Amino acid sequence: MASGLYSQHLDRPYVYKIRNLIIGLVLLFCALVVLFPLAYMLAWSFGPNLETASSSYHIFPTTWTLDSYKAFFDFSDYSWKWLLNSFIVALATVVSNVVFASMAGYAFSKINFKGRNFLFFMILVAMMIPYQVTQVPLYILFVNKFKMTNSYLALILPGCVTSYNIFLSKQFFSSIPTALIESAKVEGASQIRIFNSIILPLSKTVLAVMAINTFVGSWNTFFWPFLVTSQEAMYTIQVGLKTFKFANGTLLSPMMAGACVSAIPMFILFFALQKYFLEGVTIGAVKG
Amino acid sequence: MAKNKNKSIPKKPFRFTVDDINGYLFIAVAIIVFAFFTIYPVVSAVTTSFENYKPFGSEWVGFKNYADTFKKDLFWKSLKNTAVYTVVTVPCSLFIAFVVAVMIMPFKKKTQSLFKSMYYIPAVASGVAMSVVWLWIYDSSPSGLFNQVLTLFHIPTQNWLASSKTAMLSLIIMALLSGHGSSIIIYIAALLGIDNTYFEAAEIDGATFMQKVRYIVFPLCKPTTLFLLITGIINSFQVFMNAYMMTGGGPDNNTTMIGLLIFNNAFKNGKYGLACAQAILLAVVIAGLTAIQFKVAGDDVEY
Repeated sequence: MASGLYSQHLDRPYVYKIRNLIIGLVLLFCALVVLFPLAYMLAWSFGPNLETASSSYHIFPTTWTLDSYKAFFDFSDYSWKWLLNSFIVALATVVSNVVFASMAGYAFSKINFKGRNFLFFMILVAMMIPYQVTQVPLYILFVNKFKMTNSYLALILPGCVTSYNIFLSKQFFSSIPTALIESAKVEGASQIRIFNSIILPLSKTVLAVMAINTFVGSWNTFFWPFLVTSQEAMYTIQVGLKTFKFANGTLLSPMMAGACVSAIPMFILFFALQKYFLEGVTIGAVKG
Repeated sequence: MAKNKNKSIPKKPFRFTVDDINGYLFIAVAIIVFAFFTIYPVVSAVTTSFENYKPFGSEWVGFKNYADTFKKDLFWKSLKNTAVYTVVTVPCSLFIAFVVAVMIMPFKKKTQSLFKSMYYIPAVASGVAMSVVWLWIYDSSPSGLFNQVLTLFHIPTQNWLASSKTAMLSLIIMALLSGHGSSIIIYIAALLGIDNTYFEAAEIDGATFMQKVRYIVFPLCKPTTLFLLITGIINSFQVFMNAYMMTGGGPDNNTTMIGLLIFNNAFKNGKYGLACAQAILLAVVIAGLTAIQFKVAGDDVEY
């Protein structure tokens, strides 16, 4: 595995090993620095539900309890609902993105229809536009015109097919040989049939990556849910956490517990599907 | 492209082929969503930027919102803040990611994956959660974590987020220590793609490790660097969460960035027209920066 970049001491295994050990230790140290805030968050979430007298707290808590989690869930009648809301919104967003973005991506890569290049160009341009441009009009549209404040539809619709996912699937489908589709056409298969029984089975990885990225993105979104929800019952977990933070600014442990509640589901997802997470980064980038 | 095709067959009556109909069916939902929630808002943002928005009957004010924006010191200040934040964090992050990626290279695949995961985990947590954590790390009391570190080195404790001297620095440090998981992974992919023959040839010439990095790895990673630079700058110019959650733009607007300024104008002050004008200026600035980078660095880069 040793790349040619590191071939200096190959003839001296002893030196080679020591050098790698040193590099490894430096990397480990840097990783610990990066991971420290997370460790801090996890550890203190088990701290006591007390106003910490400022001179008394250490790097990690001395007594460990679940009181702070209780404090977070007792803060609002809807704390559990926030998690549920986030989950519903993220799941709906994932399903519609995987279905409709991949269909569009397929059409843009393999079906020769009029206006294809122009429409795809528009989608590429749209990816460059900062979200601030669309937020105000979207807000006016949903809140003033549709009167959809505090509804799941308002939370889900703006992100239900993203330009990025169309782009991602188009890039991937382009790499599938067209001959495969042509021969199925000759056999008399319809486009829907081709899409379902040839394209989708070949694209499991990219669809999984798309689903995961979309899920995490939706779960972690703060801005839009914050704009279109005003009732606690419709908050997502991120909005709930922000509200909790502004109400309990002085309570360290309950705040860390809240942060954990919002972050731990994503950590679990990450450890369960690590491969797709890591692959997703490169699929999204290198092919761009 | 579509135009050319129509030109080459001008005599035929305009008719939709089977492919056309299939294509439109496949993109129907996506395009409707795109039209409603992307095209319409962009067009609406442009028109609103020329209006004094009122729920019932906005009035046309021409370029007043733009003129007002340019007259306000706060706009220039937040532009400067955003620029400072970007100029420091983006290149430093790239440098860190590059160095870490190069350091991960000598290991076996399993170890590489382990390091990749470790550096990537912070990216999975939400911005709100991370802000909450960092708020406590920067706690201004002597027992705040960073202040404890300062005390260790006998430096007086700081009022990190509330002092105009350190507020911006604090946000920058947070960005630099928050992991560069995706950049590292992207760099590793680029490094793995470098053909071994380059290194073998360099060895014959007696190149040292640093020379290999300087004359082989660095130039061959240039497309990746450009990609990360562009996306980094685009993201950095839109940054909102840190300033909103941690400093609220303070003290004395020293950490107000464009993203927060637009948010405040729209959703705190209700000046939708002004906010739209500023958002469009932001889009123009980002587009300009991207174009410049392609011009400067892009000649020998293929996409």
